[in-house]
Amino acid sequence: MDFGLSQEQQMLAESVTRLLRELSPLDHVRQVAEAGSAVSAQSQAALAELGLPGLVVPEAHGGLGMGLLDATVVATALGEAVAPVPFAARNVMAPLALIAAGSEAQQAQWLPRIAAGEVRFGVGVNEQVSRRDGSGVRCTGGALTGTALFVLDCEEADHFMIADEAGRLHIVSAQADGLELIALKTIDATRSVGELRLASTPAEALADDGGAAARRLIAAGRILLAADSLGAADAMIAQAVAYAGQREQFGRVIGSFQAVKHMCAEMAAKNEPCRSLVWYAAHAFDAVPAEAELVACHAKSHTGEVGRFVARTATEVHGGMGFTDLLGLHYWFKRIGFDRQVLGGPETVREEAAILQGWTARGV
Amino acid sequence: MDLSYGPEYETFREEVRDFIAVNRHLAPKNAGRAARPSNEGVAWQKLLIEHGYTARTIPREYGGFGAEPDILKSRIIAEEFARAGVPGGLANQGISMLVPTLLELGTEEQKRRWIEPTLAGDVVWCQGYSEPGSGSDLASLKTSARVEGGDFVVNGQKIWTSTAKEADMIFCLVRTEGDAAKHQGISYLIFPMTTPGIEVRPLRTMTGHAEFNETFFTDVRVPVDQIVGQRGQGWFVANATLGHERGMLGDPDALENRLLALIELMKVEQVGGARVIDLPALRDRLVALQAEVAAMKYNGMRILSNQIKGEPGGMAKLIVKLQACELAHQISALAIDALGELGILYNGSAHERANGSWQWNYMFQLGLIIGGGTAQIQKNIISERGLNMPREPRLDLPKGPSAQGGQ
Repeated sequence: MDFGLSQEQQMLAESVTRLLRELSPLDHVRQVAEAGSAVSAQSQAALAELGLPGLVVPEAHGGLGMGLLDATVVATALGEAVAPVPFAARNVMAPLALIAAGSEAQQAQWLPRIAAGEVRFGVGVNEQVSRRDGSGVRCTGGALTGTALFVLDCEEADHFMIADEAGRLHIVSAQADGLELIALKTIDATRSVGELRLASTPAEALADDGGAAARRLIAAGRILLAADSLGAADAMIAQAVAYAGQREQFGRVIGSFQAVKHMCAEMAAKNEPCRSLVWYAAHAFDAVPAEAELVACHAKSHTGEVGRFVARTATEVHGGMGFTDLLGLHYWFKRIGFDRQVLGGPETVREEAAILQGWTARGV
Repeated sequence: MDLSYGPEYETFREEVRDFIAVNRHLAPKNAGRAARPSNEGVAWQKLLIEHGYTARTIPREYGGFGAEPDILKSRIIAEEFARAGVPGGLANQGISMLVPTLLELGTEEQKRRWIEPTLAGDVVWCQGYSEPGSGSDLASLKTSARVEGGDFVVNGQKIWTSTAKEADMIFCLVRTEGDAAKHQGISYLIFPMTTPGIEVRPLRTMTGHAEFNETFFTDVRVPVDQIVGQRGQGWFVANATLGHERGMLGDPDALENRLLALIELMKVEQVGGARVIDLPALRDRLVALQAEVAAMKYNGMRILSNQIKGEPGGMAKLIVKLQACELAHQISALAIDALGELGILYNGSAHERANGSWQWNYMFQLGLIIGGGTAQIQKNIISERGLNMPREPRLDLPKGPSAQGGQ
């Protein structure tokens, strides 16, 4: 029995952390963001060297054949560094879609190119969770029409994995007719999301599985967002503790005041169990499919709540400095805010958890 | 991540299940919170020891089962008894705090005399630590013991002595070295509750029941050899076992059972013809608590795994008392809200649910948030030991680098 990360997983996390510490300090994150991009070319290239594009692609298709728990430790490291690097949708959800619902031919066609970084996917499945502003995509005669909102990792995407209203997944080329991508500007400058407008756009359908693959993608996405939020919260707690250990007022470091210490203790006390919850959710996704969707809901909603608490409390520990742009703490604050809302905020996700357990009959 | 226990352990689990299936009719009903086990309870305890399902790693010569420590087997036993809804071994303060203390620091004679009857449930203990003026700052305790004619003569008052009325014996912290620094002047005495000069007064709490007592000592004579550890070492003797108490207050199985009872309540209770669980606001809170209970359950598995590997529990362990007590309280709070107006019924009222136990738990669990190291003391521990934050400057200790102790 071993509940925790393997040595390989710890090494993977450390490699990503070390690499980002070197290539993507906050100044770099800020530079990329101020240039209007959510992709750091140098970080992306270096992470590709570690094999991230093929992390979950089976070895037979040129990938590393790893599981969601491995992807989760990467997501936590990325969140910790507020790294402007597409990952959850592009490197994990898209290949998982093909693994879950792609034919052998489709897998052979797409997976090796994903692993090699030759195709770059964005993923649009948010309509399966919540439809806003008339969004939704219909499939008629092999072509897609409608709007997908909050398409993830859309910057530099050359293909999209889109769910239609029946939950069936489709591959669409960014060059296809009738496709328009509008970048959405969010609080979080380190991630790209877009609105995809489709008008009779030709698409390649994956298997018609009643939405099973889409639900699996959403579960994976939620776990990765939860993991990202966990890492960002870790970083905020560490910064709050460090700041409280240096800042002096009334002749003492403020970290020696119980009022400040207790804020830090509360953050740690709420955040630490999230780590085990996220790990278990990823493990369930890989190995206990009957539990996967429910635990993914728990991980997403609970880290969403804890993340919000940590984000505001860590900012308060920094006093006025926390509120400034100078310190840059807000990059983590906003990353956590993004992780909370996308693919269902806590209330939406908890309602889904209730439905999964038969506690309420209402549909989404 | 490997959550299987392996074939050897699955065989062991089958053994435990078979034992429970065959013997569960012998288990005491209403074991509840009674301080002194019934005859049935004592017989059950002895049966469990005989089979190694409690007192498992305590040496045979002291009345235990004498198995090698095996964290997974202990875990399997706890899981299976919890799952079957059958009471496991006794978990009173004598067994969870005094016995480990004697095993670690007692004399051979003390071990032989006290451990076996304590394990068997024949001798019940109470704990004399807190005083009216010494709660979080326990080391400031003032109950004194002067030496006179081969005896300690104890004077003072203890509070929160939960089983004092039923107890045969007390393990008690007293100040024996009046001149020493506060942490160096304490001794750990054990003596019978029938000793002349002891008066026990029930302490009624907000629940309306007297779950605790105040215990007064007037010239109570205790032979000088009834001490555990050396004179003046009592603080360190007591600290050897405070960790055991915190462990008792954060059991994830207990949280899961409370949550299951809450889910059941919300499915069964109806308001205006609808099930309570169909009310969105209450259902949302239920799922939120379910996620938190899951997080604490997996946090517990992580701690267990670290123990097996011999690694320190770290932050995962430091936060358990604070988080688990709070969560237990929140579970009861939601149950009361799910009951609406019925939630205030108590003391055997008409329409009362579950004998008023949700309200009793709601209030008592607030006591547990405060007791065993208050939530605020827990936060000091988390920030100082877990996050390495500086201590609050102290006014009660000599200045200098050795100004340690207390918490």
